Amino acid sequence: MTAADQLAQYLATGLVVGGVYALIGLGFVIVYSVTRVINFAQGEFVMLGALLMVTFEARGLGAGAAFALTIACAAALGVLLERAAVHPIANAPGLTILIVTIGASIALRGAALVVWGTDPFALPAFSAGPPLHLLGATIVRQGIWVLGVAAAVFAGLWFFFTRTYPGTAVRGCAINARAARLMGIPVERMWLLAFALSGALGAVAGAVIAPITYATYDMGLMLGLKGFVAAVLGGLVSPPGAIAGGFLLGVLESLSAGYLSSGYKDAVAFVVLIVIGLVQAAGWLPWRVAEEGET
Amino acid sequence: MTPGRRWALLAGAAVLIGGAGGMVRSTYVLGMLIFIALNGMAALGLSLVMGFAGQVSLGQAAFYAIGAYVSGVLTASYGWNGWLSMAAAVLAGAVAAFLVGLPVFRLSGLLLAMATLGFGIIVYYVLVNWSAVTGGPSGLTGIPPLALGGFRFDTDARMLWLAWGCLLAVLGLAGNVVDSRIGRALRALHGSPAAAEAAGVATTKLKLGVFAAAGATTALAGALYAHYLTFINPSPFGFAFSVELVVMVVLGGTASLWGGVLGAAIVVLLTEGIRALLPLLSASHAAAEYEIVVFGLVLMTFMILLPGGLAGLARRAA
Amino acid sequence: MSAGALLDVQGLGKEFGGLTAVRAVDFAVEAGQIKALIGPNGAGKTTIFNMIAGVIEPTRGRVLFEGEPLPVRRPHAVAARGIARTFQLVRLFGDMTVLENVLVGCHGRGRAGWAGCAFRTRRMREEEKRLRERAWQVLAWLGLEDRAHRPAALLPYGEQRLVEMGRALAGGPRLLLLDEPGAGLNAEEHARLAALIRKVREAGTTVLLVDHHMDFVMGLSDEVLVLSYGEKLTEGLPRDVRRDPAVIAAYLGVEAA
Repeated sequence: MTAADQLAQYLATGLVVGGVYALIGLGFVIVYSVTRVINFAQGEFVMLGALLMVTFEARGLGAGAAFALTIACAAALGVLLERAAVHPIANAPGLTILIVTIGASIALRGAALVVWGTDPFALPAFSAGPPLHLLGATIVRQGIWVLGVAAAVFAGLWFFFTRTYPGTAVRGCAINARAARLMGIPVERMWLLAFALSGALGAVAGAVIAPITYATYDMGLMLGLKGFVAAVLGGLVSPPGAIAGGFLLGVLESLSAGYLSSGYKDAVAFVVLIVIGLVQAAGWLPWRVAEEGET
Repeated sequence: MTPGRRWALLAGAAVLIGGAGGMVRSTYVLGMLIFIALNGMAALGLSLVMGFAGQVSLGQAAFYAIGAYVSGVLTASYGWNGWLSMAAAVLAGAVAAFLVGLPVFRLSGLLLAMATLGFGIIVYYVLVNWSAVTGGPSGLTGIPPLALGGFRFDTDARMLWLAWGCLLAVLGLAGNVVDSRIGRALRALHGSPAAAEAAGVATTKLKLGVFAAAGATTALAGALYAHYLTFINPSPFGFAFSVELVVMVVLGGTASLWGGVLGAAIVVLLTEGIRALLPLLSASHAAAEYEIVVFGLVLMTFMILLPGGLAGLARRAA
Repeated sequence: MSAGALLDVQGLGKEFGGLTAVRAVDFAVEAGQIKALIGPNGAGKTTIFNMIAGVIEPTRGRVLFEGEPLPVRRPHAVAARGIARTFQLVRLFGDMTVLENVLVGCHGRGRAGWAGCAFRTRRMREEEKRLRERAWQVLAWLGLEDRAHRPAALLPYGEQRLVEMGRALAGGPRLLLLDEPGAGLNAEEHARLAALIRKVREAGTTVLLVDHHMDFVMGLSDEVLVLSYGEKLTEGLPRDVRRDPAVIAAYLGVEAA
């Protein structure tokens, strides 16, 4: 394998993983921009997406039906989380709500452990076939699915947010909740929608990545955190930023695993997080990561 | 709590622990009490950070690990004297917290919390990967117990006295701080940061100080842990432990010295309680699984219904 | 401006995004003066205060205190230079007693650090004694001794304002910034406040205040500066300012002449 091939391989792997991070990051961005809440349970939606797909397909549902049902369940769970845990304390400081979502994520993880146990589950790829060879890199079929589904989701969300009324209402809430309320937009319902979308996005991410990385009850934490870093890279309130951040993070991870050391691969995301923090504290960031209290 | 009452309580607790060490035979109970003290030291540090600096640290386990590994490595691999290595561990905890806090405390609350999380995970990865020094995933064995002359702290009863002795000493010192200029500045910071600044309190420096103090007490607990078990590996020092510490503080109450210890006691007892109850409910899964669910639910319930924790409840009743 | 002024505000301006809150304001406060900043709501008075106190950073201009520029974005450093302030809405440390609140005001007079406080060294204990003596002096000066051990949050509002004043004075500031000290007070309380402020000036502290109550301000101040839409409208003796047609126009029907 030539050096160029190697690079191409790392890039390809990085982009596939990055697509997943982008999806998860979008979940964080949608919730945060509307509610100013960091939904720590986002990663668990990813995990549930993966495990629910496994269970539904094991029960005999086709991939498509299982996918649809998984997303519906995850969206419903997002709504439940919002109603039960976030809405009652909607006016509490952000840190309080963060801790509550941490509690929720732990509870979800524990529940998954009880239901599915510790063993990893394999999920068949969405379409069978040998890996593809592109520009010196080898990509498994599912990798193409990941990128394809991600692209479809991004396009769908773009359409939703810019061309439909509910989507524009959500954006209005994100920009200025008080003004949105004055315009007659039901802000509470927008919170519900945000959490439902976040659940759905997480589930999509989990469902597409599971055939590649297996599904386990504890896959949510790391994926969630990395998705969060992707969102932060984009400023926490910018969907295109989160998408770019996700791909960037995926590629950075892949390159460092390939050229430096694979043991520290998971640490890359956190080094990035701290670096972003330092850069912002020093005032060098050309864009601001939105902070508590800002509209 | 007046200084007089505080010292009386500390003295009372010292007497009780002294007696327990002498009379309790069950290593199970002694072990639980030791862990209450160790976790209590870590939780009380975090309680001050959350209560006074107003910040959540999701990576406190890192300081526990730093304390354990610094003292463990210095004694096991370099033959240092146990007490010197413990002092080094405490210093390492404070310095690490200070260095991490410098850049991180300029971030806003949510980002700061996530940055501390990141720090915790990075430390964990360093512990797992830097095998030459830390022994990697298999960990470090042969850590000598602490000794004073011929008296070795190698039984549960003796570690009980040492651990609680340290906890009570920390509580005493912390109590002194609370009644002092720094303590007033901390309570002012908690009441109104803007007014505290206007009165001349350098709030950022103070928050760093709290964070460093918490790093020190947590590292102390970690070092004691290492000399108690004589063996350490990275797995207890991950994110789960950091979350557990947050649960202890949320339960017991922030900005309260006793709250942290109370929360630690409850969490340890709750953990053991779940493990004991499990055979009665269903034999198919290990207790650790139910523990997580319970802690998650406890965390949510308390933050929604009782964010001040039990100490907050006590304050309201007073 | 004046060479010997205690406080010298030079070309101070503040923009928030596209909004100009304060536009190139110049003024000076002489030592021993009681000076007032007045103007309709939104004129920029509190913004100027916050810039002097180091809470927000000016977009342009600077503030000199005793000839030296004041630190920016570090209110505690401004306090250390000898400037104290009170807030529009009283910000006391509710959980702490009156005495403890005033003791926080003495924070800058102490040096005891974490180690000193934890181990209660002799130096710390002596310092603590001195701080407490100072705090009691301030309480006595304000007539609050019998409330010293009461939780500050339980006092009536007028007394809370006194405690905040005590906290500000405890550090022995040379300049006191009072942000709407009369807000929420009735006429009799206003009169007592004016007497107190005069007493503060006699004791050697210069006062710069912001307030809305015309009679109170005009009767108390040596000099008045009128702000409108972030700019200085006029500056001078109360009786001149009061009759200035531009000032009357700016207030337009709101309690003016």
